[in-house]
Formats: sequence, structure tokens, C-alpha cells
Amino acid sequence: MAVTKVVMPKLSEQMESGKIIKWLKKEGERVQSGDILAEVETDKADVEMEAFGSGVLRKILVAAGNKAPVGSLIGVIAEENDDINSVVAQAGAPAPAAESGAAAPRDGKAAGDAKPGMADRPAAVPPQPKSEDPAARKPASSMAPSPVGQRAVASSPREMGGAEMSPQPPQGVPSTGGGGGARVKASPLARKIAAQSGVDLKLIHGSGPGGRIVRRDVEAAATAPAASAAPALRPVAQPAASGPEFEDLALSPMRAAIARRMPLSKAPVPHFYVTSEVAMDRAWELREELNGLEGQPKISVNDFIIRACALTLLNHPGVNASFQGESIRVFHRVHMGIAVALEEGLITPVLRDVHAKSLAQIAVEARDLAERARQRKLRAQELSGATFSISNLGMFDVRDFSAIINPPEGAILAVGSVRRVPVVTDEGLGVGRRMALTISCDHRVMDGAMGARFLQDVKKLLEEPLRLLV
Amino acid sequence: MASQKFDVVVVGTGPGGYVSAIRAAQLGLSVATVEDDRPGGVCLNWGCIPTKALLRNAEVVHLFEKAADFGITIDKFQADYAAAVKRSRGVADRMAKGVEFLFRKNKITLFPGTGSLKSKNVVEVAGKDGAQTLEAGRAVILGTGSEPKSLPGVTIDEKTVISSNGAVRNEAKPKSIVVIGAGAVGVEFADVYRSYGVEVTLLEALPRIVPIEDEEVSTQLTRSLSRRGIAIKTGVKVSAVKPGGAGVLIETDGGKLEAEQVLMAVGRGARTKGVGLEALGVTLERGFVKVSPTMETSVKGVYAIGDMAGAPLLAHKAMAEGVVAAEAIAGKNPRPVDYGNVPSCTYCRPQIASIGLTEAKAKEGGRELAVGKFPFTANGKAVALGETEGFVKVIADKKTGELLGAHIIGPEATEMIHEFAVGRTLEATLEEMMHTIHAHPTLSEAALEATLAALGQAIHI
Repeated sequence: MAVTKVVMPKLSEQMESGKIIKWLKKEGERVQSGDILAEVETDKADVEMEAFGSGVLRKILVAAGNKAPVGSLIGVIAEENDDINSVVAQAGAPAPAAESGAAAPRDGKAAGDAKPGMADRPAAVPPQPKSEDPAARKPASSMAPSPVGQRAVASSPREMGGAEMSPQPPQGVPSTGGGGGARVKASPLARKIAAQSGVDLKLIHGSGPGGRIVRRDVEAAATAPAASAAPALRPVAQPAASGPEFEDLALSPMRAAIARRMPLSKAPVPHFYVTSEVAMDRAWELREELNGLEGQPKISVNDFIIRACALTLLNHPGVNASFQGESIRVFHRVHMGIAVALEEGLITPVLRDVHAKSLAQIAVEARDLAERARQRKLRAQELSGATFSISNLGMFDVRDFSAIINPPEGAILAVGSVRRVPVVTDEGLGVGRRMALTISCDHRVMDGAMGARFLQDVKKLLEEPLRLLV
Repeated sequence: MASQKFDVVVVGTGPGGYVSAIRAAQLGLSVATVEDDRPGGVCLNWGCIPTKALLRNAEVVHLFEKAADFGITIDKFQADYAAAVKRSRGVADRMAKGVEFLFRKNKITLFPGTGSLKSKNVVEVAGKDGAQTLEAGRAVILGTGSEPKSLPGVTIDEKTVISSNGAVRNEAKPKSIVVIGAGAVGVEFADVYRSYGVEVTLLEALPRIVPIEDEEVSTQLTRSLSRRGIAIKTGVKVSAVKPGGAGVLIETDGGKLEAEQVLMAVGRGARTKGVGLEALGVTLERGFVKVSPTMETSVKGVYAIGDMAGAPLLAHKAMAEGVVAAEAIAGKNPRPVDYGNVPSCTYCRPQIASIGLTEAKAKEGGRELAVGKFPFTANGKAVALGETEGFVKVIADKKTGELLGAHIIGPEATEMIHEFAVGRTLEATLEEMMHTIHAHPTLSEAALEATLAALGQAIHI
């Protein structure tokens, strides 16, 4: 029967390694393809990891609390009587750097959790690991105990080879996942641009042949957060009444990601902004009517906007587009990034194929995404691939604002509050509900008129909101 | 009438069509092809291949003419133009037969006749022996190509006003000819005719000949062709072409011209009529069929490749698109064609080849450039060959060394361009090109030297 290797998934473009928060299935437990096997922590979110095969979870190779590099074997799913020894034995070679979670200050219980798994791990290390690194050929027993006890039984021979020289994790972890070599496959041009823009090639996924990193990957990464293991958000000093005048907060991984990503959008992406005001009276009424219906999901103003944008983007492919260096990629589908504010930053989960979804479907799925974003329970595919984004600060009573484009997307829509304002009507002065929409556009992809025409159509849909129901 | 069913039906067997058919067959699909002319399309029968045969003749004539430079005395030689055309036809015949052989080898069925879409998966073939209906289980690939355009109000009769179609067939050469349009086609025929002693005038509406090439290339070619006695007039708009004088009168904003024939080489237009596109609602854009990166048209399951799918109208672009279409249909995930990396070649003497951006275009990007140029006069092999016209020019991004463009005019330029094509595909920078040892003596050393020149390190100049 089929033996399914469970490997650390690449949950974001920048992810280098992930930490198992907990296994939701035990060794010996039966799993179906699609079952959630474990929860994994990345720099941006806690993500559920699905099983890609059915059978019995025969072996857990990386215990909860421990980190494993992307692509390394962390478990095996097989039938009861399948021989998994060879699979487990191979695990030693390509699985580098199972760094103990105990090193991370954030999770105090990691060390305790890790223990049961640790007992199994030495067995997973083949006596003669398949590695070109001569240092790695040394049997595990020759390794001196390292300061952190768990590291001595790390499943990676490469890691151990490295540990002889230094307690640091190895530097040569391949970016392309799964490969055992230390070489990063990258084009010369990609290397140069990486060096000039300070991008670490080891953290990039290559999209060229055989996972080779090419120019577009580096350019994309230059505008994306790094998976650096920054320490958690924690005050370095507790401010007291008589204390120092300021304090320096360490960056949380998310804040570090935002800090890194945003200037790399704002500087290289020539933004321009177009603002339009939408009469929301009819949409407001319609929404109240819809929300009065029994058994219908509650629909928010944002759901209306998502739907209106999705439909409009189909007719304005130039806005649903991405700058690709020497070409412009126009998307035929709409994947909507929806900015969700979190306490420590923000995250933009992606609602896929939103153009094909009804208002009710959008309402349900957007709410689910936002909730799971707040709980940091998003799945990998929900974190990337947006073709357009919406950021709504309406709940904070803002009139209007402009947002920073999330590259490689070509535009983002910033949504203000729906405000009751005096409006001029045929009869004179009245009161109406108005909302400001500001689109930020990448000038390399589109021009002012394109952004304006797009807004015009979004406005039209929102002002004739019955169109959103058909 | 029963219809025959195939996985894929390919309409048109030019370089796009036949390549897509073979690739689809390689991937295990059953394939029918439909062709209203001979397999191989314009390229093999009336375009690329036969003209290259004619140009080879022109080159041989040229070598005989300069035999004295090599100390070879030829009292008198005859260059028979009709024989050159016959030889060219023979070459085309052989290549077309090659396509038929490849079809047999790959078990591809050829249906002679004109194919048109009756619905998105049904192609009707109107052949000599009546109509047949082909049903496509997976997809239809359209590759109906292009045909020569003319100027408004000017009819191509293929007698006095000829297109490349006539030029490649006519065994009689005119005494004089005016070539309208100095793109690749115009320049190549101007070369052939001039080599056979025809009085040639080359007209171009834009300010320079081979206008899509780098400006320095145009300047060099203008010099080379003028030296060979081709009259070149640029920035000239033709207002009328009518019978008169020695054959045709050409009225331009720069005066009247007279010649035995006019060759219309003002470009080619997509063949989209009679294919059934309108009824299906296939979207066109500026006269060409609009396609996705996997070559699918606006109608699902209908693909379009080659000239009909837009610029550049080049056989090798069509072939690349054919592969992408076939692989997409077979459920593979093909890499889309990189339209920024298609070499462009003109086979006049001296030859022209280029890839990527011209210097002017590269400047538009606003980046700082590193430009290197190396003349063939300083290349040992070129001097030994006695072919020293031209140069290699490399344009790179000064900051990253990215190869933005390469332009070659000179002997075997069309063979030399590929080191830059490979370099660009692999994202090599000037440095990798520089560190690539080039054999000595070769013409390709000029490419290395141009690279070095861009880095300010050229050795031999």
C-alpha cells in the first residue's frame, strides 16, 4: 500500500521552517486524506496542516514544540503492515535542523512536550546518512552533547556536522525544499539582485526549472516579509512612573514582516490614488432587508464591497493585474485579499475565486477567514495568491484613507466609513449615507483613467445594489 | 455523414500547427491536421525556407564576384535566376515532404482542405473530394497564419505588383523593382534581386530601414546596402501605385518612381476570415486572435497560435506557442512563451539578428545602461573570411549586469544570436558571458568582446 511521507509544508513563500505546535493525531491513529494532522507555526500565522494520504499515522518524527525545515520528513502515514523502515531511515538525510522549540522563548512548555518524540528520533538517524558532507558521516554517538540537550538527538546529520563547529543552525539549508544539498539554485541575475536588495536566497522558493530561483522570485521576495526568527513582541523594559522616558519593543515576527514589506512596496511601486464617493443609501437599505431575513447569513457592508469589486475586476482585468518586470500579468480569476486588523499587526487572508461566489457565500467565508485570522488559524493557501486587496477601516469612523499596495498585486482599495452627511437632492438639502473609496494603483500596471473607470463601475454596482444579488 | 473523432484537431500546418500536432501526438493524444495548401505552411513553402535558398544563391553570386580578392580568376560566369528559383522550390518541396513524414511517424492524420469551425469542437473540412467533419474531443488548435498586406487602394496582382508569394515563385526577374517596406521581407528580397543585377529601390515609410532593430544596425545596413547599389529612400509615404512607364508608376510624397515591378512588403495580416471565428464569438484584438498565456482563445477549448495570434509574426514564435498549446491541452502546465526573449533574424547580407531591447527602448526604462560594441573588422575570423561588415552590440543594466538586449549585424549573425538567447533564458549577467571562454578564432569572439566592452574591458580594440 501507499506510504505517505508527511513533510513540513511550505506555508508561505518565505517560510524556511515551521514549528509543530501540536499534533492533532497520535501515532497509531487512523487518518483520512484531508484530516488536520497538526498545527504549525510560521512567522505570520498558525496554520493547520492537512494529511495528503490516508492510512495510519505510523510515525511522528518531529514532536510538538520542535521546528523542522520546509520539506523535511516529520511523520509517516501508511497501512498497519507496511514496512516504513526505509522511509524513516531516509528521513535522516534530507531532514536538517530539527531545532528544539525550547530555544524559542515564546513557548515554555515546548521542552516538556517534546520529550516523548525525542525518544524515537535517534532511531530515525541512519548510521550512514546519505550526505556528501564528510562531517555528516560521523555516527551520531561521536557528537559531543550540545548545550541544549535536545539538539544532541536532532535527526539531521548535517545539523550535527555543523554542531561540531558551532552551536548555530546550519546556514546552507536549501531554499528549494526537500533537496539535501547546501547549494541554493539561483540564476546569476537573481543572485545579484538579491545581493543588492538584501534578500536572503535561502528563504526564497524558486519558480524556475527544478526550483531554480530566478529574477522574478527575488523581486517578489524583495517586497515580501522574511521568515527570520525575530524574537516575540515583549517589552525590553517595563515602564514605571519613574522609569526611563522610552522603551524599545522588540519586533514581533509579524511586525518585522510588515516593517520590511511595506517600504519595499511604497518605494519601488509608484503608487497613485483615486478617490470616489459612493451613495450607500440603497445598499444600506438592502443590507438591512437581507439581514432581516431569517436563516440568512449576516451580510456586512464590506461583503457588498467585496462582491462589487470582484464583479468589476472581471470587467477590468487591467486592474486585476500584477507587474512582472517585463510584462504585466493579468489574472482571469479574482482572489481577494481582505485586510484583517490584529492586535499586533495585520494579516491579509485571501478569499479565492470570489468572482464566482454569491453575496451570502462571501459573507460566510469572509467572516470565517477573519475569525480564523484573529485566532491565527489560517491554512497555507489562505495566506497568499491575492490578485487584489481591500482594506476597510470603516469601523474606526474614518472618512477616507489610502492603503499601501501589497505586491505583487497591482492595486488595493481603501474603504472609509459609511457616514450620514448632508447631500444635495433635487428637492434641496437632504441626508444621505456616503462612503469614500480610495484605490491605490501601481502606475507600472495601470493609469489613472483605468483606476477611475474601475471605481466608477464599483460605485455603480454599490449604488444599484440589486445587481450584486444576481 | 459520420464525423471522425480526434482528441485534437489542428487547423493549419505551418510551423505553429505542425509542431503543436507533433507535440500533442507525443503526449499521447490522437491528432488530425487540416491544410488547404501544402504541409509546412507559408514558412516551409513560400516564406522562410525558400527565401533562404534564394539568399544562399545571392551569397554564392557574391562570392563569385569577389573571387578575385581570393586570387581566383573567373573569366565569365552566368547566374541563372530561374535556376535559383527552381532550386529554392526543390528545397521547399523537400521540407514539406519532411513534415508529411513527421505526421506519418507520429500517426497524425492529414486532411487536405479548408478547415472551419462549425462549433467550438467541430471542424468542417472542405476538400477536393467533398466535405468531412472532424470532432475534437479535447481541443481545436487554430494556426491559419497570415498573408501579405497591401497599401490601401493597391491590388496585388502578382504580376506587376507582387507580394512575397509571387516573388518566391516567379522564375523571371524584373529589370527593376521598387520594394515598398524595408522590414525583414523587403530587405531580403532587395538583397536577392540586387545580387542578380536587378535595379532595386527600397522604400520605407519610417525614418530608417529595418525599423524594429537597433538604430545603429539600421545605419550599418543602410551603408552596406547602399554600397551594393540599392537605392534607399526612407520617410517616404506611397500615395499611389498604378500601371505606367516601364511597368508601374509609384507616386510618393517624395516624387514619382518607375519600375518594372513593385514588391509589396508592408507587413502581414492575420488570416482570420473563413475560419468560423465570428460565429463562435472568438475575441479579436487589433486584427489578431486574443489568447491567454496558454494560447486559449476567449472560447474555451479553442486555441490559436502563430501569426494569427499576434506579433511577432515569426515561425519560431509560432513553434514555441504550438508546444505551449499542445502541452496545456494535454493537461501539462507549460511555461508560457517569453515574448521578451524571441530572437529576430533577417538574412540579408550582412545578416541581422537581435534579441531583447534596443538601446533606445532600454533607455526608456530609465535605468543606467552598460553598452558594448565590437566591430567585425577587429575579429580575426571575420577578416580571414573577408566578411568584416558589421558589429556585435550588447546592452546591459549597469547595476545588475542583466543582459537587456543584443544586436548583431554581420556574417552569420543569425547563428550567433543564440548565445545571448541562452544567456537571457538562464538569466546570465555580463560577468557569466565574460567568463565563458569562446573558441578562437570564431565570429562568436565578437560577442565576447562586445560583452567585455560593456564592462569596459574589451581586449582586441
